[in-house]
Amino acid sequence: MNDPSARPPPTKAVAVEMAGVSKWFGSFQALKDIDLTVLQGERIVICGPSGSGKSTLIRCINRLERHESGRMVVDGIELAADSRRDEEVRREVGMVFQHFNLFPHMTILENCTLAPIQVRKQSRSEAEATAMRYLERVRIPEQAGKYPGQLSGGQQQRVAIARSLCMQPRIMLFDEPTSALDPEMIREVLDVMVDLAEDGMTMLVVSHEMGFARQVADRVVFMDGGRIVEESAPDAFFRSPRHERTKAFLSQILR
Amino acid sequence: MIREFTVSEFWYLLQATRWTILLSIVAFVGGSVVGFAMTLMRIAGSRALRFPAMAYIKVFQGTPLLMQLFLIYFGIGLLGVQVAPWTAAAIAFTLYASAFLAEIWRGCIQAIPRGQWEGARSLSLRYGQQLRFVVLPQALRVAVPPTVGFLVQLLKGTSLASVIGFVELTRAAQVVNNSTFSPLTVYALVAAIYFSLCWPLSRLADRLEARLGSHLVPKVQGQV
Repeated sequence: MNDPSARPPPTKAVAVEMAGVSKWFGSFQALKDIDLTVLQGERIVICGPSGSGKSTLIRCINRLERHESGRMVVDGIELAADSRRDEEVRREVGMVFQHFNLFPHMTILENCTLAPIQVRKQSRSEAEATAMRYLERVRIPEQAGKYPGQLSGGQQQRVAIARSLCMQPRIMLFDEPTSALDPEMIREVLDVMVDLAEDGMTMLVVSHEMGFARQVADRVVFMDGGRIVEESAPDAFFRSPRHERTKAFLSQILR
Repeated sequence: MIREFTVSEFWYLLQATRWTILLSIVAFVGGSVVGFAMTLMRIAGSRALRFPAMAYIKVFQGTPLLMQLFLIYFGIGLLGVQVAPWTAAAIAFTLYASAFLAEIWRGCIQAIPRGQWEGARSLSLRYGQQLRFVVLPQALRVAVPPTVGFLVQLLKGTSLASVIGFVELTRAAQVVNNSTFSPLTVYALVAAIYFSLCWPLSRLADRLEARLGSHLVPKVQGQV
């Protein structure tokens, strides 16, 4: 999905590195000593029961949450306690939310061009051309002039993906992108995500879509109680989970 | 010495109406500027900004407008600076309006779902850009009805400025009534004038709200 000529050749550089990362909400510890390394081009699916810290983990990567201890490096940028480099990181990291978070007062095209124009300082025509290209990739160019409220949930989520891609991020985060969708709309969103994965995008996906995990994930990470309990290739993860907690979780969601 | 209520009395009332309108405009414009600054401070992350704004709002919301008028008119006079009734009224109403507008607008901004801020933040927009492009345009629509509602209150509230001798519509009515002694005619007429000012404002609010909301078609599932 990216213009290959504009990108450095694929290397095994580290996209995200977390070492001993912890995070508290008041007295509740949401993340406990997380170690996770994601290489460029890797696709990671993160699953686990609700409250296990998976959303918090990926929200720390684009600084919607701030980690409180440990070391985090995202796309070569060391993240410290202060917020000075927040915007720098967010320019390189796109995020797709469970509830889309499209801007309802802007058309689809305006949603897609706002950040490229304001942040990347692109000209309107340049930003619109890019936006149309990505809207075509997510198969809804004909909706460009409509408002989010006029689209179905699946269409809105595809717009949200296109909107993120317009910033040409190097890493994409997905926070339960299909959880708020009607069943018949899940497929169209997953198809777009598979397409993106095949293009070599570095992706961290919080999801319980195990079919998607099997199909595209390089690794599946299982979290519980703020810790990473288990981390393995999808085949091994589904066929022979090592931990009891993982087995119990899988038996519940793979009914 | 009782005079008839004639066209010239009516003309006098209309002349005074100009001052009611002018005071309302000054209070609303001044109150908007100060109030918006207070709104921004009130929603800021920093306590050092939030706290003074909160104190300011509490003080002006929690004391009678009449006392504010007296304090500014007579109080500043005691300090040796002579303030004209017009100046005192303009200052008092501006402060009063700013406190209420700040609180109304804070509510409107906070009514915008957190996801909107997060969506904007995740796209690397800076705080000011998140506000300007994403949050404020949506808050604006929410803000129209309560803001116009307050403006109507404010316009009628300017009658209070009569107590410090500022000759606006209500004060003029007292003057006319004192010489014509026809309270029914005078005050009914004055009420009608206030109504003719306020009613179009409410109508304007309806139209504005509808226009700002033209993109809001029936909700589709999932939009939070």
